[in-house]
Amino acid sequence: MSVLLAFAAAFLFATGTWLLLQRRLSRIIIGIGLIGHGSNVLLLTSSNGRGLPPIIDSADPTDFADPLPQALALTSIVITFGVTVFLFAVGFRSWKLTHDDVVEDDVEDRFIARRRADRDVEESEAAEREHAVEEDRV
Amino acid sequence: MTSALASVLGADFLTADVTAPSSGIFDALVPLPVLLPLLAASLSVIFARLRNVQRVLSIVALLGVVANNVVLLSRVDDATGDAAGGIVVSQAGGWVAPLGISLVVDRLSAIMLVVSSLMLLSVLIYAIGQDSEERRFAAFHPVYLVLAAGVSASFITGDLFNLFVAFEMMLVASYVLLTLGGRAGQVRSGMSYIVISLIASTLFITTLALFYSATGTVNMAELAERIPELSSGVRTGFSLILIAVFGIKAGIFPLFFWLPDSYPTAPNAVTAIFAGLLTKVGVYAIIRTQLLLFPADAQQGRLLLVVAGCTMVVGVLGALANDDLQRILSFHIISHIGYMIMGLGLFTLAGVAGAGFYVVHHIVVKTALFLVAGLVERKAGSDRLSRLGGMVRSAPMIAVLYALPALSIAGLPPFSGFVAKFALVGAAIEAEQWAIVAVALFVSLLTMYVMSRIWSSVFWGESEDGVVMARLAPGFTKVPMLMTAATVVVVGLSLALLVFAGPLYDLAERAATDLLNPQRYIDAVLASSTNVGVGG
Repeated sequence: MSVLLAFAAAFLFATGTWLLLQRRLSRIIIGIGLIGHGSNVLLLTSSNGRGLPPIIDSADPTDFADPLPQALALTSIVITFGVTVFLFAVGFRSWKLTHDDVVEDDVEDRFIARRRADRDVEESEAAEREHAVEEDRV
Repeated sequence: MTSALASVLGADFLTADVTAPSSGIFDALVPLPVLLPLLAASLSVIFARLRNVQRVLSIVALLGVVANNVVLLSRVDDATGDAAGGIVVSQAGGWVAPLGISLVVDRLSAIMLVVSSLMLLSVLIYAIGQDSEERRFAAFHPVYLVLAAGVSASFITGDLFNLFVAFEMMLVASYVLLTLGGRAGQVRSGMSYIVISLIASTLFITTLALFYSATGTVNMAELAERIPELSSGVRTGFSLILIAVFGIKAGIFPLFFWLPDSYPTAPNAVTAIFAGLLTKVGVYAIIRTQLLLFPADAQQGRLLLVVAGCTMVVGVLGALANDDLQRILSFHIISHIGYMIMGLGLFTLAGVAGAGFYVVHHIVVKTALFLVAGLVERKAGSDRLSRLGGMVRSAPMIAVLYALPALSIAGLPPFSGFVAKFALVGAAIEAEQWAIVAVALFVSLLTMYVMSRIWSSVFWGESEDGVVMARLAPGFTKVPMLMTAATVVVVGLSLALLVFAGPLYDLAERAATDLLNPQRYIDAVLASSTNVGVGG
C-alpha cells in the first residue's frame, strides 16, 4: 500500500512538474493541481497509511489511522482549491485582455531579448558589409 | 511512525484531561493581533458600500493591534516574576501543547509584531490619503486587514502547519492586492507571482508531510526536541528544504527572480507594505526555524553566508541597472535581505542580534522609501529617473523625506542603517569571516551610489520632460496632506530608530540570546503538557 502511494505521489509530482514548465497558464494550473495532490498523498502516507479509518470508538492505537495528517491534508486541499480558483480568475482576465493565456516574459527578459536582437541585427549587417567588401574584391 | 496523540497520552487518551491549565491575563493578548484584524475584516465586508465606515473600522482595528503589541512587547521583555521568562504562550482552544496549536510570543516575535503593526497602520493612512485604489475598490479594506492578520499570525505561531496557514492568509491577500484593478501589467506579473508562491506553498506542504512522517509532530517546540534524534543526513536535508521554502518568500539568491518583476506593478501603498513586510516574514521564518529546530551540526552557516553574499551583490547590481524608481527599490530589497541572512549565517550572538536589528531597521526605512517614491510619482507623474529632475526646488519637502531614509539605508553615520551594518560587520569580523565582510562593505558602497544616483536624477538637475508631465496632469501635482503626513510619520519612526538605537540593540541582543538557547522556548511551550493526567 505504502509503495503504491509512494509511486502515486512520485507520478503526480513528475507530471505536475512537466506541466508547470509549459507556457500556457491553463496547463500550469493543472500542473499545480497535480503537485498539490502529490503532496496531499504524501501527507496521508504519514498517517501510517494502512487504509484504516481515522475516527473510531477504540483506544488501541493500532486500530485507527492518525487523524492529524488527514486534517492537515483537508486544510491544504481547501487552501489550494481557493488559490487555484483565484488563479483561474486571473487567467480569465488575461484571456479577456489579450485573448491568450500564455505567461508573458517579464520586463527584464524582454529588455535583454531586445538588446540581443539589436546586437544580432548589427552583427548580421556587419557580416553582410564584410561579405559585400569581399565580393567587391573578387 | 508515531502518532502524536498516542505517544503523548498513551492508550487511555479518551479519558485523559487534555485542557491546558488556566492562563494569565497576558496570554489572552497573544491571539489578538490576528483576531482583531479578522473581525474588522468581516465587518468591513458588511459595510462594503460605506467607505468611511470601512476606514474607521480598519484604523481602529490596527490601532488596537498596535496598542496590544506594545503591551505584549513590554510584558515579554520585562520578565520579572514570570517563570517562563520572556516568553508568553497561549494554547489555542485550551488544548495542551503538542495537541493543539500553540501561539508563542518571545522577544523576536514581539519586536516584529510592534514594527509590523506600526507599518500596517501608517501605510493604511497613506492609502486612504492616496484616494485611488482604496476608494475605488470595496475589497481593499477587508483584504488589507486579512493581510495584517496573516503577517501577525506568522509571527506568533508556534506550530509549523499553522505557519503554513498564516503564510497562505498573507499570500492570498497579497494576490488580491497585487492585481487590484486588473490592468494588463498587473495580470501579467500577478500570474508569475501567484504561480511562484503557490509552488512554494506546495513545497511547504510536502516538507510538512516529510516532517510529520519522520517525527510525528508539527509543533515547533516538540519538533525541536525530536529532530536531534534523526540521523544527521535527514536533519541536514530538512534544514536545506526549509531554507528553500522560506527563501522563495524572502527573496534570497537564487530564488529572488519573481520579486522585482511583481512588486512594482501593485498600487503604491501596497508595494510599500509588500516591500516592508512580506519578504521580512520569510526572513523571520528562516531565522526562527534554523535556530529553534536544528542542532548546531545541521545549521547551514557556510551555505547561508555564500547565499547572503550572492544575494547582496545581485540585488545591488540589479538596482544599478534599472531606470524605474520602483524597480530600483525592489531590487534593492533583495540586496538587503542578504545582510539579514549574513547575520544569521554567522550563528553567533552578535550576528543574530545584528540581523534582528537590521530587520527592524529595514522594515521601517524601506517602507519609508517606497512611500516617498509614491509621493514622487504623484507629484511629477512619472517614476522614471530619466524623466524626473529638479524636484529639490519644486518639492523640497519630498526631497528631505527621501534624503533621510536614503542616507540611513546607505549606512551613513549616525543613521540607524549605520548602526545595523556596523553591528553586522563587527559580528562578521569577530567570527573571522573576511570574505563576507569584504562583500558587505563593497555592496554598502554600491548602495550609496544607487541612492545618490536617485537623488541626483530625481531631485537635482533639470528635466523639461518632468515639467511637461506636470502640466499635462495638473490634478496629480498636488500631493494630498494625508499621504505626506503618513510618510512623515514613517520617516520619523526611522529617525526614532536612530535615537533609540542603543536600547533597541540591547533588546535585539536579548532576543538573540533567547533564540540561541531554544531550550527555554521549548520548556515554555511544553510546560503545560507535563500536567496531563494531573489535571489542568
